[in-house]
Amino acid sequence: MTENAVLEMHHIDKVFPGVKALQNVDFTLREGEIHALMGENGAGKSTLIKVLTGVYAKDGGEIYLKGHEGPISIRSPQDAQKAGISTVYQEITLCPNLTVAENMFIGRSQKATLNWGQMNRETNKILESLDIPARANMQLSGCSIAVQQMIAIARAVDMECKVLILDEPTSSLDDNEVEKLFGLMRNLKAKGVGIIFVTHFLDQVYEVSDRITVLRDGKLVGEYEIENLPRIKLVSKMLGKEMNDLSAIKEAAGEETAAKDQVPLFEAEGLQSNTGIRPFDFHINKGEVNGFTGLLGSGRSECVRAIFGADRVVAGTVKKNGKPIKIRKPIDAMKQGIGYLPEDRKADGIIGDLSVRENIILASQVLKGFFKPYKKAEQYKLAKEYIDMLFVKTADEDTPIGSLSGGNQQKVIVARWLLTHPEYLILDEPTRGIDIGTKTDIQKLVLKLASEGMGVTFISSETDEMLRTCSRLIVMRDLKKVGELSGKDLNQSKIMSTIAGGESE
Amino acid sequence: MKKSGTGLFRNQLFIPLAALLLLMIFNLIADPSFFKISLGYNSAGNPVLSGYLITILDYGSELAILAIGMTLVTAASGGQDISVGAAIAIAGSVILRVLCGTNPRPDKMQAPIIVAFLVACLVAALFGAFNGILVAVFRIQPMVATLILYTAGRSIAAWINNNQLPIVKDPSFKYFGGLIPGIPIPVPFFIAALCVLIIFLVLRFTTLGLYVQAVGINERAARLNGLNPVFIKILSFVILGLCVAVAALIKTSRLSTINYSVIAKDIEMDAILAVALGGNALSGGKFNMWASILGAYVIQALTTTLFKFNVQSDALPAYKAVVVIILVVLSAPTVRNKIYEVTKKFRTRKQEGEAV
Repeated sequence: MTENAVLEMHHIDKVFPGVKALQNVDFTLREGEIHALMGENGAGKSTLIKVLTGVYAKDGGEIYLKGHEGPISIRSPQDAQKAGISTVYQEITLCPNLTVAENMFIGRSQKATLNWGQMNRETNKILESLDIPARANMQLSGCSIAVQQMIAIARAVDMECKVLILDEPTSSLDDNEVEKLFGLMRNLKAKGVGIIFVTHFLDQVYEVSDRITVLRDGKLVGEYEIENLPRIKLVSKMLGKEMNDLSAIKEAAGEETAAKDQVPLFEAEGLQSNTGIRPFDFHINKGEVNGFTGLLGSGRSECVRAIFGADRVVAGTVKKNGKPIKIRKPIDAMKQGIGYLPEDRKADGIIGDLSVRENIILASQVLKGFFKPYKKAEQYKLAKEYIDMLFVKTADEDTPIGSLSGGNQQKVIVARWLLTHPEYLILDEPTRGIDIGTKTDIQKLVLKLASEGMGVTFISSETDEMLRTCSRLIVMRDLKKVGELSGKDLNQSKIMSTIAGGESE
Repeated sequence: MKKSGTGLFRNQLFIPLAALLLLMIFNLIADPSFFKISLGYNSAGNPVLSGYLITILDYGSELAILAIGMTLVTAASGGQDISVGAAIAIAGSVILRVLCGTNPRPDKMQAPIIVAFLVACLVAALFGAFNGILVAVFRIQPMVATLILYTAGRSIAAWINNNQLPIVKDPSFKYFGGLIPGIPIPVPFFIAALCVLIIFLVLRFTTLGLYVQAVGINERAARLNGLNPVFIKILSFVILGLCVAVAALIKTSRLSTINYSVIAKDIEMDAILAVALGGNALSGGKFNMWASILGAYVIQALTTTLFKFNVQSDALPAYKAVVVIILVVLSAPTVRNKIYEVTKKFRTRKQEGEAV
């Protein structure tokens, strides 16, 4: 083992049916360091962590841990715990109605009886040593989320842990609480604990980490000292695009839209929802395709959800065709001619057990009204029309949508919104997890709809797709709108430098 | 993705129909007199049809009416209302309170029956809304939420009439649970038929069915399609409340009085069973109204058959429990997956065999 290393993972492979989730990944964690594990969706971060914590069995490679001879085998989370690998997840997995001390000791005492006094004293000692503002006899639910998070960490650390994994620990904390958490992390670092820090907030990575390991598509991109990896390079490594890769600029469409008269269709000012995004301004013109870009968790989806009224809007004004309107829930947006294809197709899009026909007519039916159901014959006619138009592969109109492939399900949801004849259509990740052919179909459709005068907001994790379809991009970082790019600025390197921010500011 | 034919087995009506057929075959072999229908005259000299089949149609009415509401509640909320029996006690008590006024034994009705019925509808709908709000707004499990009314309902019913047992002497009140002179078929059957017709028209000429199913299957997606899941869930409980009021009218009319602790006892379990027997998932989502209604009559047929073979009414629930166990176990996801795996294995083996 390398000097100072507490954990080494060599040539880790993990295969799921049809996907190589991890290929030959190496990872080294040193004593007393905070090591950020970075990567976009599907890069393999969580798979690597699950292999390390025994949730998944690895298909190849070795794991070495300080103090153990030779490679160790971790077959279950209990094994990992015993070997000194502790994990604290995004959601707090403690019992809110027990006291802090009970939470610290639950499931750890082998004895039938407990010495409550001793337990409380020990807990207070640990809390003090880590500067956690809580007392042993407080009920956990009486503590703030940040303190609960810290107690979860304290519990993990107290179990003689050498490796602490923090999986998105900050996503439900405010700035102040994040600062406190970082204090605790630095404290632990000084005590020699190796911390693996998984987050999607770039600022936070640069604030506390010593090293960064980047994964992409299940492969190791590299391990870097934080000083040697400026933000822009980190973003380009995560996205897998070189800085000066200008090959994918959209040529024709970009110039064309710039010349057109721009009639604003929908405008928002200072819009903010209860999801933590900062107030943002937004507008879209008739016949325009724009998009939100940014890393995973940067607030892309939250923005469009605020526009559609899917989340609770807490501030801001919106206008359509120059007239102020109010959107408080999805039906308000639908009545204004807005359609929204949600990011999570399974949870928010399809009505699984209902037929393709019913899924297609649903939104339009809701707009039409409770006492005006579509006649059966009309339902079949409309469903067939859109199935043919979008080339949906389905046995017939009565097939349950749940039995269709992902791409075809997505087309059905697109059909649902097209049937409402929207003036403004929001497509959040319409191309995720679907085959190349369908992806191209959807992109072509977006451009066709825009040419007919519809405004379309298109979101995709793949920057290439956005460059091909959008004439204006709103860039998000850490739940904030940080820039708007159009015309000549619309290229990979400019997008990446805006996403990365930091140095340029 | 290939459909394996729209055969009888795929049809949701298959389960209740098969159960009904089994019951009928059993009766046919055990004692064919089960099917005898005779025309006689009652003490008032009016013609009346009698026989076990008529009994099933008569006494299955309340259950069929409740099955309508219970189906909607199940589909929309993914849970069941267990306060139905207690709610019938309340609605029945309200009817008697309005008809009798303060004097429990009046010689004349103090208000028209229709007024009493409408007040009962209002009260039952309000209690339905109460359950619905607990479930939809406060997100309490339906069975737990309705446990409140289940526990309190019969005392509320007694309280409405100061714990007295009013008796309606007017013979016209007896029509709803008995016979109209000259027509030999029991009136409850016609009331149930009317309710079935109404729900048929509602499902045909409104989008209730689509909305209820959408909310029951995927609440989040339903909301993003402009639906208000909270309202639709409450609405389903209110509709069940209206069904309760109709059932209460029949129940009180049958006796012309009320027994707070016995009226419609355990009827909620039969109503839930009717929904399950109709092949509807008790976890909500898609539903088939006709299968539930048929299921209600199948349960009544089972009850009547058991009575005919002199099973004590105390022992009845035990027999029904056997049916419930079989149904629930068969529809449990783990069992269904197991069956699916076994049949799949069988199919692949067959295919391999063919390939060789």
